Amino acid sequence: MGNPMKIRAAVKDGVTEVKILMQHEMETGLRKDADGNLVPACFITEVKAQHNGRTVLEAQFGQSVSKNPYLVFRFKGGVAGDKITISWVDNKGDTRSDETAISA
Amino acid sequence: MILMERRNALKAGGSFGLLALFGAFGLLKSGIALADWNKPAFTSKTMDDALAAMGAMSPENNSVFIHLTVPEIAENGAIVPVTVVSSLPKVEQISIFVDKNPNVMAANFIFPEGTEYMVTTRVKMGQTANVVALVKADGKFYRTAKEVKVTAGGCGG
Repeated sequence: MGNPMKIRAAVKDGVTEVKILMQHEMETGLRKDADGNLVPACFITEVKAQHNGRTVLEAQFGQSVSKNPYLVFRFKGGVAGDKITISWVDNKGDTRSDETAISA
Repeated sequence: MILMERRNALKAGGSFGLLALFGAFGLLKSGIALADWNKPAFTSKTMDDALAAMGAMSPENNSVFIHLTVPEIAENGAIVPVTVVSSLPKVEQISIFVDKNPNVMAANFIFPEGTEYMVTTRVKMGQTANVVALVKADGKFYRTAKEVKVTAGGCGG
């Protein structure tokens, strides 16, 4: 169970812009700790964005995505108050899902 | 958390509640696993291998219909903002690569009908390299690339 995401969704002229800041270490598995031991890879592999239950974006991440991944996308439609749900799963099977309402 | 839910469901009694809970959980699981993580692409060490794993052997170079926005110089390779906008019709996927990273593929985005063909994210860059945007539109692949000069390492931050 990861830490909560920050999600902002705002509709303007019939287009909803969604900004997401996930909280995740995004360890590459290539970095060594102070003792010289490899830090095991731990990174988000899949992200899914839904608008009132309909998928509006799917993403797959590799280790090259920055720590605390940031994502912006836009979709047509959406009205103030509609539900935006963002879910992710990482390579260790940890998952997190958060939702927000679209603001005008 | 899940255990707690189970406990509550048990308390609530009735096998229907329990089944419904497991059903919902199963649905959620399979829902998120719909888009398969393309392991061969994400573990590719070279651009050629990654493109092959994406089924894009020789994508057409096109910087007119793919707008790739990256900084010319990144002071911090750990956070390099990347925006890809495509004006091609029928975009299905946009993928982002960093050609000199240990694993070249950074991210892949799938666009359902009604989602605009743009995405912004941030990637790590170990050294000065090309950021490559690959767009799949109407079954065909297109690419464009831009160099980002990295003045501090991104891996290990």
